[in-house]
Amino acid sequence: MGIKNNRLSAEELVANFSDIHPPFEHAEGAILEANRCINCYDAPCTKSCPTSIDVPLFIKQISSGNIKGSARTIFSSNIMGGGCSKVCPVEKLCEGACVYNLREEEPISIAKLQRYSTGIAIHEKWKLFERKPSNGKKVAVVGAGPAGLACAHALSLQGIDVTVFEKEEKGGGLMTYGVAAYKVTPESCKEEVDYITSIGGIDIQYKKELGKDITLAELQKKYDAVFLGIGVGIARELSIPGEELEGVEDAISFIYNLRTNDYSKISVGDKVAVIGMGMTAIDAATQSKRLGAKEVTMIYRRTENEKPCTDVELNLAKLDGCSFIWLAAPKEIIGENGKAKKLICTKMKLGEPDASGRRAPVDTGETFTIEVDMVIKAAGQIPFEELVAKADIKNNSGKISINKSAETNLKGVFAGGDAVNGGKEVVDAVQAGKDAASGILTYLGIK
Amino acid sequence: MANLQSTFLGIKSPNPFWLASAPPTDKKINVLRAFEAGWGGVVWKTLGSQVKNVSSRYSTLDYNGQKVMGFNNIELISDRPLEINLKEIREVVREFPDRAMIVSLMADNDRKSWHEMVKKTEDTGAHGIELNFGCPHGMVERGMGASVGQDPEIAKMVVEWVMEVAKIPVITKLTPNVHSVVPAAQAVIAGGTNGLSLINTIQSVTGIDLDTLVPNPNVGGKSVFGGYCGPAVKPIALKFLTTLSQDKIAQKVPISGIGGISTWRDAVEFMLLGASNVQVCTAAMHYGFRIVRDMCDGMSNWMDEKGYKSIDEFVGLSVPNVTRWEELDINFHITAKIDQDKCIHCGLCYKACEDTSHQSIDIERGNPYNKYTIKEEECVGCNLCKIVCPVNDCITMEEHRKGPEYLNWIEFQKRGLPLNDH
Repeated sequence: MGIKNNRLSAEELVANFSDIHPPFEHAEGAILEANRCINCYDAPCTKSCPTSIDVPLFIKQISSGNIKGSARTIFSSNIMGGGCSKVCPVEKLCEGACVYNLREEEPISIAKLQRYSTGIAIHEKWKLFERKPSNGKKVAVVGAGPAGLACAHALSLQGIDVTVFEKEEKGGGLMTYGVAAYKVTPESCKEEVDYITSIGGIDIQYKKELGKDITLAELQKKYDAVFLGIGVGIARELSIPGEELEGVEDAISFIYNLRTNDYSKISVGDKVAVIGMGMTAIDAATQSKRLGAKEVTMIYRRTENEKPCTDVELNLAKLDGCSFIWLAAPKEIIGENGKAKKLICTKMKLGEPDASGRRAPVDTGETFTIEVDMVIKAAGQIPFEELVAKADIKNNSGKISINKSAETNLKGVFAGGDAVNGGKEVVDAVQAGKDAASGILTYLGIK
Repeated sequence: MANLQSTFLGIKSPNPFWLASAPPTDKKINVLRAFEAGWGGVVWKTLGSQVKNVSSRYSTLDYNGQKVMGFNNIELISDRPLEINLKEIREVVREFPDRAMIVSLMADNDRKSWHEMVKKTEDTGAHGIELNFGCPHGMVERGMGASVGQDPEIAKMVVEWVMEVAKIPVITKLTPNVHSVVPAAQAVIAGGTNGLSLINTIQSVTGIDLDTLVPNPNVGGKSVFGGYCGPAVKPIALKFLTTLSQDKIAQKVPISGIGGISTWRDAVEFMLLGASNVQVCTAAMHYGFRIVRDMCDGMSNWMDEKGYKSIDEFVGLSVPNVTRWEELDINFHITAKIDQDKCIHCGLCYKACEDTSHQSIDIERGNPYNKYTIKEEECVGCNLCKIVCPVNDCITMEEHRKGPEYLNWIEFQKRGLPLNDH
């Protein structure tokens, strides 16, 4: 059959892409779970959260029936606490640190409880924060992703008028465009962006791309400070023969298309190979399956022990029926009439640990071939090196360099999030946005 | 298998678990169900003069998601016609001759009414009578219930009236709404009661609806003080029970223990402090009569484990272990120890000790787990850390005596020994 779209019925697609996070259906369920929490002191969950949400407090607030307080506790540390409760790999953050793990018991369902409070707050449009009166200062934020929005919110709270420039049509960044749709639905992304900006003082201008529609010099002139939360965007090439063939696509654009179009319009192959084992690779693999691909094979050059995704993510792919080839690296894609047909892989073995501390894959020279009609590359993303260099911003292979106050080498220009760290979790970007806001406030002499 | 057979004032029941006088024992249909479920006996809900009940009637104290820590009611004595109650009692006694049938009574405050009530009760074939001198609401205003139990002289007088005609054993149920139950107990014993039971409910306001601002239970926008019972009152009941078990006069008659008994463990505790049997209500109202199964089973297993063949063998064994404060051994000293292998680093011990006790726990910050150790020289052995620790046997209290010999406060003062310096 090859690559085609609209394999499944509309009902099947709706079912496959509905939110995978089951909510607490009733307050009783949330309270029951909240009461399991023993309210640790100097809590490991809080310490394992990049935004340091006071987890024991917000859980206690659920159990005391103070849902408003609970939501405020979460949002005051993490304004994207709603989305993070859906996309955070909590098994290696808060829930992974829960002391129940040390007793071989199920950890507290922190994410689910966080979804409970934040979900109600966003749905009810609770006004939990009031911004200070405008102080006349103006800041430009580039990118309406998690870092940009967190920065904008924190600045607006202190009375700064913020203009956000976003190249896409919607806010949310990777939440809206780069994560599996069944984790954060398009509706929930929009609701979240609206909720964050409902504080006022934040004007988002869509379809305004840095280096195209606006320039940094312009922004520096018009605004008292600038924050760059431009993320990373370009998919890393495999640099193997056959990468140009029809049917070879990068995971970022595959997911972007999926998030911006009707699912029925997204083409997917029958035999899909996904290269990589990170979160994005999993999102691409599972969504291929959910679009109707017959076989999805994930290929990774190390073993399961070294995989960058979490066990929870891997299990998602397993449950969706994906198969896995460990210790294999793509070598060449063979085409027929310009279309991808075969993927030749090299068998790898593990050698000495590399810079990341994980054992490095070593080529054994042995190869094998699998039949494919689609290859999705999810070997990581690279930063906007050219864009950054053009603006004379100090960087490290495109990753923007910042000081302790999140300021770049350009005075009054701050940065944070994936653009700086090269690509981490949403929750890390939120913290980076907060840190930059605090740097900007100091810079402007406000705090 | 241990023998759970119980004899209270000569009244036999297959186990020491009776249902207390309350809504569950108001009707034949309930009592038959209770006996089918295995209860050893019942105290039929109080018979007396005509009353009318209201709705609603109950409210509770819930805690951290756990329902019915405490239970409160404003229901009065039985509101059914006396003749129906008597007829049903007679029928149940005939149907279950091996179970104890006690009838709770609260007659109008005159000799004639009490005489009539006692005689009518005896005609049913019931095995005993329990005098309700404890009901804290509704009847008090009419000079009955707790208002009788709170005045030893009146209580004694009523008991004397009853004993003039009673041919079956009489148990007097005491109110806890007094600073001590001993004077009333001594008075009713002087009046001739054969046995005692306690506690009745404690006057309470369980809580307020924060929307309507009306306390619970809400009866058309108003509430009244109710009678409090359930798990939360057990410690209070045990204390009152102990004062009777240690009193030279009160200890001469058997006591039926009541107050928050939910499990066989609770029952054993009451019996260890001198109750010959126990009465249960709230736990049954929460979960139904089936709870008696584990009560019997658990008590029996515990007895087997400890080598007790019959329940009389352990009744009262803990009474001598409750002493006066000034007789406690001051040289006895314990300090906490944290088992690092069991510690889950929740920090509850540290926070509790640091904020509210003696700053006796050291913290070594880690990411994400801190390490906690006891500063033995600072520890006063209060148990708080052990109490808040969520892991069994992670924190243990180890004995480090201050001196080899027994030393109490009186002797301590006599010797002019120094006070603490912190």
